[in-house]
Amino acid sequence: MAGALVLVFFVAPVDADQGISQKIFYFHVPLALTSYVCFGVGAWKGLRLLWTGVARHDLESYTAIHQGTIFGALTLLTGSIWAKASWGRWWVWSEDQLVLFLVLFLFYCAYFMLRFSVEPGSRRERISAVYALFGVALIPVSFLAIRLSKNFIHPVVFTRHGPQMTHSMFAAFCVAWAAVLLVAYVMYRVELAGKRIDANLQDLREALTAS
Amino acid sequence: MIRADGVEKRYGRAWALRRVSFELNEGELLLVTGANGSGKTTLLRLIAGLASPTHGSLTVGATRGDVGYLGHEALVYRDLTGFENLDLYGRLYRVRERPERIGMLLERFGLWDARSERVSTYSRGMVQRLALCRALLHDPTLLVLDEPFTALDESGAALLDRELATRSENKTLVVSTHDPDRVAGLATRRLALA
Amino acid sequence: MSAYAADVAALARKDLRLELRTRETLPAMLLFVVSTLVVFHFALPPRAGRDAAYGLLWVALVFTALLGLGRAWVPERDGGVLDGLVLAPCDRSAIWLGKTVAILAFLVGVEVIALPAFALFFAPLPGRSLGGVALADIGICAVGSLISAMAGAGRTRELTLPLLFLPLAIPLVVGGVGATISPHGAHYLLFLVLYDVVFSILSWAAFEYVVTE
Repeated sequence: MAGALVLVFFVAPVDADQGISQKIFYFHVPLALTSYVCFGVGAWKGLRLLWTGVARHDLESYTAIHQGTIFGALTLLTGSIWAKASWGRWWVWSEDQLVLFLVLFLFYCAYFMLRFSVEPGSRRERISAVYALFGVALIPVSFLAIRLSKNFIHPVVFTRHGPQMTHSMFAAFCVAWAAVLLVAYVMYRVELAGKRIDANLQDLREALTAS
Repeated sequence: MIRADGVEKRYGRAWALRRVSFELNEGELLLVTGANGSGKTTLLRLIAGLASPTHGSLTVGATRGDVGYLGHEALVYRDLTGFENLDLYGRLYRVRERPERIGMLLERFGLWDARSERVSTYSRGMVQRLALCRALLHDPTLLVLDEPFTALDESGAALLDRELATRSENKTLVVSTHDPDRVAGLATRRLALA
Repeated sequence: MSAYAADVAALARKDLRLELRTRETLPAMLLFVVSTLVVFHFALPPRAGRDAAYGLLWVALVFTALLGLGRAWVPERDGGVLDGLVLAPCDRSAIWLGKTVAILAFLVGVEVIALPAFALFFAPLPGRSLGGVALADIGICAVGSLISAMAGAGRTRELTLPLLFLPLAIPLVVGGVGATISPHGAHYLLFLVLYDVVFSILSWAAFEYVVTE
């Protein structure tokens, strides 16, 4: 993981001449993509839970969505910085990706609200899984909605600072993405392991007090 | 008819039911006893099919439409009349000759006169009797009754006694109660939960 | 197939009968939507265009629907009846569909008053927007019915319901407003159809898992 972080920081200096806004892009897009992956994993684990009823999928789904939300928040943060650097405002509605993430962020924050209002048990596991599935269905539908909304809300005034990627930039981008994915994966495993140890510890405690 | 093997149920960190194993054949009556919190209600909910066990296996040889359940709550709509409630359940359970059957049950349990009154006007005992009607409406092969004598007065309890006696002859029953002596005569098996 | 339809009909009829008898939800929704429209009159700046008003109509509809959705499963929770319905041999999705049909009837009933009121207070509604309202209603009720059941399983149900529902309602608002004010209104109607199909199927399939353990 340390290696991945070092790599990420080396990527930035490579393209220092491009300007700050470009540098952020190397973080922003991988963060967004990683977030999607996390939500996808969360939904997949949710589906596995509904299909098999094995409880561990619930924990995995929850952890994945937790990671996805964290990375989603980072996406919004870096997106905001990028907007400020590119257009001088902290928020722009013209960036579909950013707006989509706002909607998703709200959706998945509500996931946690839901989860913590229901008593633990198989009911909570199922409800969380269903909600996670709704999340991934919402992603394309929301994206389409945001696209459509631009026709009557904002005519697209700002020209995009779309990166025209040369080979070296593309390579740097891939490295950045791989690095972010790696960070996400490591965080996922760490959090999952932590929660499992927690659960085992409590089981042990119960077993000891029972005997 | 029912086979339980190491059945457990937990809700998050809380254990609702610990390792239970038993067998029940058709036509038998299982009497479940135990202190409050020992898991009687959880066990009966599992048998009725309202929940699945966390561990262990539970096989019940009756389909959903063949099970009659009476729980702690009456499972009736407060703002519908007694008749309307039974009519709805009758439709959902595909009860044949619905109006006749409803009428017969209402009369047997002394609710005929109150059939067009909203359940919110019923006394506790009447609600319990209506819940019994609901459980018996579709003539289930497996009856799961969770403390059925609750809130029943003497006449209501006598009706239930009679009902249990008739049914235990050819149906399978699982009854949990705080008052085991009442049902002890009919019970073929007993299960005491700790 | 017809047994399924009969179950749905019996359940929807039950909800309509309950509402007719208790008259708890519908009058409140009606009063709420009209009050909201009046508030909007005061909230809109004097030179706000017609389009702004159309946008606010959708806000009013979504929040009125939320009001109704919050009450949707109360009769089933009150007597623990949901367990009784789940125990019945009918398909669990029929419970969802019956409830959705009933809420849809309530929402349409409210709109029969609200839409003319809107036209009276603000601006007339083109035919397209009525189509948009109809399609969005289906989406609201289909998803709302499920979400309401999910929120109801928790402790803070009145709080979680809006949080869960609003992100899912955003595409519906886009579709509805677009159908009203955009020259390509048909695209938006098509989009609403897409939403309805996707989320209705999802809700129909998922309901079973929300009400069982």
